[in-house]
Amino acid sequence: MAPALVWLTALMVVPCALVLALAFFRRGIYGGIDYTFTFENFGLVFDPLYAGIFLNSARIAGTATLIAVVVGYAAAYAIAAAPRRWQPIFLFFAVLPFWSNYLIRTYAWIVLLNREGLITQLLRWFGYTGEPPSMLYTEGAVIAGLVYNYLPFVILACYAPLSRLNPELAEASRDLGASAATTFRRVILPLTVPGIAAGAVFVFVLSIGNFVTPALLGGGRFQMIGNLVYDQFLTANDWPFGAALAMALIAIMLLVLMAQALAANRAAGRAAEAKGDADG
Amino acid sequence: MAERTPATRRTLWFVLTLVFAFLYIPIAVLVALSFNEGGLPTAWSGFSLKWYASLAGNSAILSAALNTLIVALVSTAIATLLGTLLAIGVEMRRHYGKGLEALIFAPMIIPDIVLAIALLSFFSMLNLTMGLHTIILAHVVFNLAFVCSVVRARLKSFDWSIVEASADLGASALTTFRRVTLPVIAPAVIAGALLAFTLSVDEFIIAFFTAGAGRASTTLPMQIYAMIRFGITPEINALATIVMAVSITALTLSQRLNRGIIGQ
Repeated sequence: MAPALVWLTALMVVPCALVLALAFFRRGIYGGIDYTFTFENFGLVFDPLYAGIFLNSARIAGTATLIAVVVGYAAAYAIAAAPRRWQPIFLFFAVLPFWSNYLIRTYAWIVLLNREGLITQLLRWFGYTGEPPSMLYTEGAVIAGLVYNYLPFVILACYAPLSRLNPELAEASRDLGASAATTFRRVILPLTVPGIAAGAVFVFVLSIGNFVTPALLGGGRFQMIGNLVYDQFLTANDWPFGAALAMALIAIMLLVLMAQALAANRAAGRAAEAKGDADG
Repeated sequence: MAERTPATRRTLWFVLTLVFAFLYIPIAVLVALSFNEGGLPTAWSGFSLKWYASLAGNSAILSAALNTLIVALVSTAIATLLGTLLAIGVEMRRHYGKGLEALIFAPMIIPDIVLAIALLSFFSMLNLTMGLHTIILAHVVFNLAFVCSVVRARLKSFDWSIVEASADLGASALTTFRRVTLPVIAPAVIAGALLAFTLSVDEFIIAFFTAGAGRASTTLPMQIYAMIRFGITPEINALATIVMAVSITALTLSQRLNRGIIGQ
């Protein structure tokens, strides 16, 4: 196992530590790195201009996460309710698109949404004669792309706890007079929180650091943190600031992961309680 | 699950139909367009393979495809070897620290852009000339984590006493590995390798940052990105169809070999 650990240390831990160190230096006059210690880059992260981009990213990623979780949960619920022998097949086909090329899946949305794209053609076919709607290069297009790309993972994450759910718990709730809605809200939903949390974290973390989708479907009009990092390294040549932004991204990721662990722990507690009640 | 009324069952089937339509219609449109004579989404002008033929004559795409194949094969080979050994090492000792666990898990969750800029900074600090070799070094990082996780899942149910028995009977460590451990984990190792291969073929961001200047080390995803950004031609549809077919075949094989791997 030593060679693998050496590889991970040399090509992941050391480079990441280097980025962390880089964030504390100053940008050189000619774009290089000036090795004087400073907190400036982190201050710049909270500058209103960049804080706006952070909030923007959080809003876009948050909206995509919400939609993906609602749709993904409904899909996972429907799969878990299907006949047993069909479930693995449905699940496999729900996840399959996730493993095909990300760029291609994003490009497919350009084909659908552009002014002379498939949706415009369909509208015309139904007798629409006005101006083609502008759908591409909007925030909605970016959100659609993110939901499309990450939905399979939410389905997978929500399916796991839903398929393990003890049907007797729901039956007991119904026998005790709870409506279907109450049973869902008070019994099924709380027990499947870990799946929802895992799916939500995944979509949020990957969306907020994304730069391909805003670049292709947002047409560069919607800057997200990922685009900002990209620019600092490849066009603006301010590596120390880019490094500070990347560290902010990691900090957000760690925060979200901690929130997920907390939600999962609480759900585990509830599940144990429910089991205790059922046994006692 | 509990008994359902016909109305509920209809709703559930409706949800499933909608979700699968959402997931597959965009892909189906691309595939259909790749066979469209005119190449445009505006009208179907007849079945044609001309976009596939024009791909075969596009030297930039062919050299990008060759680069991708080199990167994917070499990084998969290294990652499969290292990842399998790592999985065996970790599972054999059973008591491992949280730090080790985090180190193995990190490449799978760290945002691509962060690993990409970290490696770019690292390679340029070392004054390393970047090219296919640096992409390979980078791809092994996440590939070995995925191989390791697939093989570890298989080893969870492995009975280590048969390894002891083999040693007691006088087999060397190497013989034990070859005759006892390997046959048991082989399906997982192959499944992990196929997964790594697919990930590497499709990976764009890290390759983009670690490929260095110049077109010599352009990979297929980098080529596709450039084609999407600067002038879409109908050739992309044909290329997209081929790339998707390759990933989906590799993944389906991987799934058949090792049930449940996609669930990880």
